[in-house]
Amino acid sequence: MPITISEKTIKSDFIEKVKKLSGQNIHKCFQCGTCGGACPMSGQLATLPRKIMRMAQFGLENEVAESKTFWTCASCHSCSVTCPRGIDLAKVMEALRQLSLRKNVNYVEPSKLPSETVKEMPQIAMVSCFRKMTS
Amino acid sequence: MKISYYPGCTLKTKAKNLEDAALASMAALEVDFEELPRWNCCGAVHSLADDDLIHHVAPVRDLIRAMERGSDKVVTLCSMCYNTLARANLLMRDDEVKRKTINDFMDEEKDYHGEVEVVHFLNFLRDEVGWDKLRSKIKVPLEGLKLAPYYGCTLLRPKNVSIEPPGHPKIFREFLEVLGARVIDFAASTLCCGSYQILANPEAAETVAATILEGGINSGAEALVLSCPLCEFNLSKKQGDLLQKNMLSQEVPTYYFTQLLAIALGLGGEVCRFDLNDKISAELLKSKSLPSCDQAILT
Repeated sequence: MPITISEKTIKSDFIEKVKKLSGQNIHKCFQCGTCGGACPMSGQLATLPRKIMRMAQFGLENEVAESKTFWTCASCHSCSVTCPRGIDLAKVMEALRQLSLRKNVNYVEPSKLPSETVKEMPQIAMVSCFRKMTS
Repeated sequence: MKISYYPGCTLKTKAKNLEDAALASMAALEVDFEELPRWNCCGAVHSLADDDLIHHVAPVRDLIRAMERGSDKVVTLCSMCYNTLARANLLMRDDEVKRKTINDFMDEEKDYHGEVEVVHFLNFLRDEVGWDKLRSKIKVPLEGLKLAPYYGCTLLRPKNVSIEPPGHPKIFREFLEVLGARVIDFAASTLCCGSYQILANPEAAETVAATILEGGINSGAEALVLSCPLCEFNLSKKQGDLLQKNMLSQEVPTYYFTQLLAIALGLGGEVCRFDLNDKISAELLKSKSLPSCDQAILT
């Protein structure tokens, strides 16, 4: 579906928040797609990181929020170490997660995890997941 | 030189096989390690949001505990703990503004400026023990074992905490060669195992885990060698699910690198806690008829 971009749709405050939270200049991205090539999750993603970067550059807050890309990111930094523009994309994905979580919304609800799951998981799986997916 | 050892939470429960084998090996190598007093959870992941400083407090407290002991180095076994502690350490060393905020916040603690060095046990073995000394201590060479070292993410990324210069890591290969094994490199050795997505998006994590396991066996390896309890969960404990879903063609034995170290040092199977591994892992070792690791492995 085509996305309309105009001065009215560009949310400058969203762009600024992403830049501030990530500490990254998202405008440096020139859409080469190296990040998606390096991403171990790319086969599972409907929207590759390159597109997320483009959407963020244009302040398309709702379109970015509808994507599951940053929720599927495992913070493995494969994109960050290969980006030819030196953008730490893992930090951009973290900023996007945080912008959702800071509306007091959990992506994973710890109290709803089955007890068998909690019993079998190593602590680092739960600690890291809750750190990334809960507000 | 005083060396602190930071175990981390999972090594005291699910990954006792990673820790017990390492501690026995350290003793055999006459390395004077002391577990950090009053250590706390490192937080497992480094906070990436620029304004989130509160989550750096936990790993920095651990580093302060090491500094208080007068340690030059704090050694870790778990890859995630290594990554989290090493990045918090660099932050405190290099970012003057954030360092001041964190130090001011922890006003009951001594100020910390990155005085301690965070070292992964593999680097410690190479740089402090030395491959030559380690080789001289090997009593049971792992001859006939074809092993694929799996690095995962957190030992190598981001670049500023990589245990080796970025590019083509070789420390794991060197380590396993010293133990006498045949080392099989495979392309997926630095691919992420899915990490904490095993909880949030299990199908995505299972897909990458299957890719890694298939990559290892298709390269001719008999087993994968790991250093992270979360990788171990995704690549070993979840194999039953992968087989059931036809995502994996066969069971793949996995070991922690410290278990193989203990076996090669002739410490026997008891210290390795193979009861926490999949049965097939112990069976593979047993099939190689290595001295001193026969029945004990399976008990």
